[in-house]
Amino acid sequence: MSKDSQNHRPQQGPGPRGPGGGFGPMGMGAPVQKAKDFKGTLKRLITYLKPYKMQLIAVLITAIISTIFAIVSPKIMGKATTKLFEGLMMKFRGVPGAKIDFEYIGHIILLLIGLYILSAVFAYIQQYIMAGVAQKTVYQLRKEVEEKLNRLPLKYFDARTHGEILSRAVNDVDNISTTLQQSLTQLITSVVTLIGVIVMMLSISPLMTLIVVVTLPLSFIATANIAKRSQAYFKGQQKALGQLNGHVEEMYTGHKVIKVFGREEKSIEQFEEINERLYQAGWKAQFMSGLIMPFMSFINNIGYVLVSVAGGILVTKKAIEIGDIQAFIQYARQFSQPITQTAMIANVIQSTVASAERVFEILDETEEIPEAATAKKLADPKGEVKFEDVSFGYKENESLIEDMNIEVRPGQKVAIVGPTGAGKTTLINLLMRFYEINSGKILIDGIDTRDMKREHLRGLFGMVLQDTWLFNSTIRDNIAYGRDGATEEEIVAAAQAANADHFIRTLPDGYDTILNEEASNISQGQKQLLTIARAILADPAMLILDEATSSVDTRTEVQIQKAMDHLMKGRTSFIIAHRLSTIRDADIILVMNNGRVIEKGNHQELLEKDGFYADLYNSQFSGGRMKNAG
Amino acid sequence: MLKLAKFLKPFQFPVMLVLVLVLLQSLSELYLPTLMADIVDKGVVTGDTHYIWKIGGFMLIVAAGGMICSVSASFFSAKAASGFGKLLRTKIFSHVGDFSLQEFDQFGTASLITRTTNDITQIQQVLIMMLRMMVMAPMMCIGGIIMALSKDAKLSLVLAVAIPILIIIILIVQRNAIPLFKAMQVKLDNLNRVLRENLTGIRVIRSFNRIEHEKKRFDEASWDLTQTAIKVNKLMAVMMPTMMIILNLTTVAIIWFGGIRISNGHMEVGDMMAFIQYAMQIMFSFLMLSMMFVMIPRASVSAGRIIEVLDITADIKNPTTPRPPVSSNGEVEFQNVSFSYPGAEMPAISNISFKMRQGEITAIIGGTGSGKSTLINLIPRFYDAGSGKVLVDGIDVREMTQELLRKKIGFVPQQAVLFTGTISENILYGKEEASDEEVRHAAEIAQAAEFINEMPEGYNTLIAQGGTNVSGGQKQRLSIARALVRRPEIYIFDDSFSALDFKTDAKLRAALKEETQQSTVLIVAQRVSTIIDADQIIVLDNGEIAGIGKHKELMETSKVYREIVMSQLSEEEIA
Repeated sequence: MSKDSQNHRPQQGPGPRGPGGGFGPMGMGAPVQKAKDFKGTLKRLITYLKPYKMQLIAVLITAIISTIFAIVSPKIMGKATTKLFEGLMMKFRGVPGAKIDFEYIGHIILLLIGLYILSAVFAYIQQYIMAGVAQKTVYQLRKEVEEKLNRLPLKYFDARTHGEILSRAVNDVDNISTTLQQSLTQLITSVVTLIGVIVMMLSISPLMTLIVVVTLPLSFIATANIAKRSQAYFKGQQKALGQLNGHVEEMYTGHKVIKVFGREEKSIEQFEEINERLYQAGWKAQFMSGLIMPFMSFINNIGYVLVSVAGGILVTKKAIEIGDIQAFIQYARQFSQPITQTAMIANVIQSTVASAERVFEILDETEEIPEAATAKKLADPKGEVKFEDVSFGYKENESLIEDMNIEVRPGQKVAIVGPTGAGKTTLINLLMRFYEINSGKILIDGIDTRDMKREHLRGLFGMVLQDTWLFNSTIRDNIAYGRDGATEEEIVAAAQAANADHFIRTLPDGYDTILNEEASNISQGQKQLLTIARAILADPAMLILDEATSSVDTRTEVQIQKAMDHLMKGRTSFIIAHRLSTIRDADIILVMNNGRVIEKGNHQELLEKDGFYADLYNSQFSGGRMKNAG
Repeated sequence: MLKLAKFLKPFQFPVMLVLVLVLLQSLSELYLPTLMADIVDKGVVTGDTHYIWKIGGFMLIVAAGGMICSVSASFFSAKAASGFGKLLRTKIFSHVGDFSLQEFDQFGTASLITRTTNDITQIQQVLIMMLRMMVMAPMMCIGGIIMALSKDAKLSLVLAVAIPILIIIILIVQRNAIPLFKAMQVKLDNLNRVLRENLTGIRVIRSFNRIEHEKKRFDEASWDLTQTAIKVNKLMAVMMPTMMIILNLTTVAIIWFGGIRISNGHMEVGDMMAFIQYAMQIMFSFLMLSMMFVMIPRASVSAGRIIEVLDITADIKNPTTPRPPVSSNGEVEFQNVSFSYPGAEMPAISNISFKMRQGEITAIIGGTGSGKSTLINLIPRFYDAGSGKVLVDGIDVREMTQELLRKKIGFVPQQAVLFTGTISENILYGKEEASDEEVRHAAEIAQAAEFINEMPEGYNTLIAQGGTNVSGGQKQRLSIARALVRRPEIYIFDDSFSALDFKTDAKLRAALKEETQQSTVLIVAQRVSTIIDADQIIVLDNGEIAGIGKHKELMETSKVYREIVMSQLSEEEIA
């Protein structure tokens, strides 16, 4: 469980953004993760969108139409204002019969309403299509990741934490999903708006356009400058936050130790020191990034003032109409928005591509060696196992097993002993072909395991490990996991054979009891019994067992032992042994230390050898003293 | 949420300032269209270029003033929000530090960590957003309405229609969207769970050839999530265009009705142009508010989780008038002690009475759930006994200060916890002022000296967070050395030899025996071989003492003990 809780470590970096998020001043100036190969990854990400070419074209077209309608309307609205103003001016000058032309204005208004509705409809269609495209693309991506994970060798999983893989398969994919959903269409509309607005402004007054465009570099310089400064603070904040999280994690996990050694005050002192640093870096980072907005809006306002003044003067000179000022102000306001938005989207896209790169890294991992084309199958497996000159090492230049030869006859018992961390699982990894051997052969009933399908090979073994893996479902489903299509009778019979039937029936829902996520509603020993039942149901030719140790109380242990003995009858078994009786009965004992098999033989032979095993045996079971005591 | 507001109190002043500054900024923002209206109505109509320039200059000053306000607001809000976060973090951290194991178990370590780190960060960010934008929205809205009313009260009727419609639509969308968002989170968690199960069970899945089955399970969860995500996004696709339509139609209505009023001489053109801009500001402030609604539920979950922690107070406190111990020989006595975990039907231990003396080794053995750990946790007062008394040096542990009590104890927990820092720092944890000599001695006794010396930097080797760069057995030995350096009156070993190989275990026990002659030693163990020589063995079964005595006596008198021994040793070894 402790391993698991580490995986819950608070994730830093970009979290999932909710819909409608993605803008606002928060993200500005914060450092962005960058991809190593931006172009290549982006290209590859785009290939995922290929099946939706038609829809994407439709999105592009609707986005353009919707934006164009939205852009044209201020100018048309300006005409209405101009008409109003003209009528008014004529009245002002006392032109006889002068009145405002409401018929004309009415037409314009109807036209405007039509444009607005069309624009909204197209905007809706665009979002609607994009929802399907984005989510289905992501679904496809997730599927590929899952299928890929199934084809990866165990080497990959053993070298990484679950949290790391999970974060790629879930968080990173989620990040891509949000970007596809929001930022892509935002990017299209921003670009179209930008171009459209410039065109419209030019059509009104090139001079005023020039004024607005001149303010642009100002915004760029201001933003870039502030962003650069705030980056440093953000980095400091991130670092302090990381340290703070680390400290909290450590102190909480060691709560008991801290209390019993009376170190509470020291711990708080240290916390406050890091917290102060976090505060200092934090408020500066917030302040700096918060500056971008005021500066941007000030520069905007300068543009606004200039437009008002220049526009006013131009109108008095009759160079433009009064409604044009109104339209122009609206354009100028729209002008800066797509620019800031594009800058933000650029950041989002960068972090998305970095996410995509991490996902693609999984997809590009080397897979298990493909199956032999003409796979052999054992029709009636007897359980004869032979290691012929097997060499193996987890790392290329570090060999753990060299030229190992073992011969196991059907029905024999092989005990693997050695101190914790001696690498007892290595042998199991090789037997099940979770890892590939470097040289030599492993034969089962005379057939090289590499000539069999993995599926077939693994089906020959039943496995009961100390690390009991059960999943979040009913007890019945968990036992039935051993064999597809097992009947109710077979399941109950397996449970009975495993001494599990009784305790299952004492549970409130019997076989329908749902194991919760940590399977904490049954004890460790009971879990072990369920995994034994699962193995019994699978009825394998050979067995791999891990004997229970400290986590199980002695009475359950006796039950487990009985169930295991029952299971082992007549089957070739490989046992990670902790109990003396198992070791002494074994036909072959493999003694492991520091990842290597250092001794091999039966109990008597090994004792006579007076090596590591003899030493181990004597220290553990200090036989002499026992005799006196008993 | 509101409960956390009291932590804002020290920042009252900056928060007030922010409010005032934001109001000023909104006013300046709103004043600009008014000035523009003046340009149109007075400057343009009369063709007075000079006036236009003058007002233009004035506008620049207003804009600059607005910027200054906004920058200062940003300064104070950053300080207030970060300060708030800092205060809250310290508060929680020291509060949790006071928790006894009971409160700790209630939340779980992982959950407490998230609450202290992520949840507070989450709230701090929302606070900044609130101070920056959420305050701005109502100010803009109120200011906009005031300006609109002052320009032309009758035309404001357009707003009186538009704003309620806008609010209703926002509410409708939110009401439909929020359950969907929640459902999406559940489905995402679901997907996460399936994948996590796939990763943890990879060996089992592959050995049972159930890859296809797992693929299907994953695919179902993934498709389920996809469906909901599509639904949410299609719903959100309605929102923005609808908002824009309302916004635009409002503008059109202002032109139409404004036109009529201008025609009747009630209003001027520039005023109408300004009016359109006020309307935009007001509507946009509502849009901004609606975005806030998305953030608030998220923050309120975090706030709720933090408050949960703050609402629980540690029930183990120091006595108001501590009694000085009568002796200091490390004698521990249990007098008829019972203890139940909260909510449990059965007591975890009941009617426990025994005595441990200086220079003696007491061992406790028993199955899982027999109450071993509970029993030893009562000595350093991680829990308080429900009934009965635990005496250390002749005094009830509840009558002395926790500091004094724990000074007497060298505790080695079941799970060896190390801290970031060097090996010698970790050992010094037991006794800050220990000399190099003492540290080395403790390491030697703990059988750690050998592997420490083999490390490239010896005692200065850095231990990574969580002790990931040392093996389980090494961790256990360092954790033993940490207790040894303290030279306490009482040693407690909670199943602390489990990760050691048999040889090291034997050597360590021999060395310990020498070292602890002047102390009281309590060992909890699973392996009979570890405790066989103890001066007194206590056999626990279902929370009760099922036998007390030496190995030989217990073999004759205690059935439970015999069973335990039998299950571990073959008959020949026992005989």
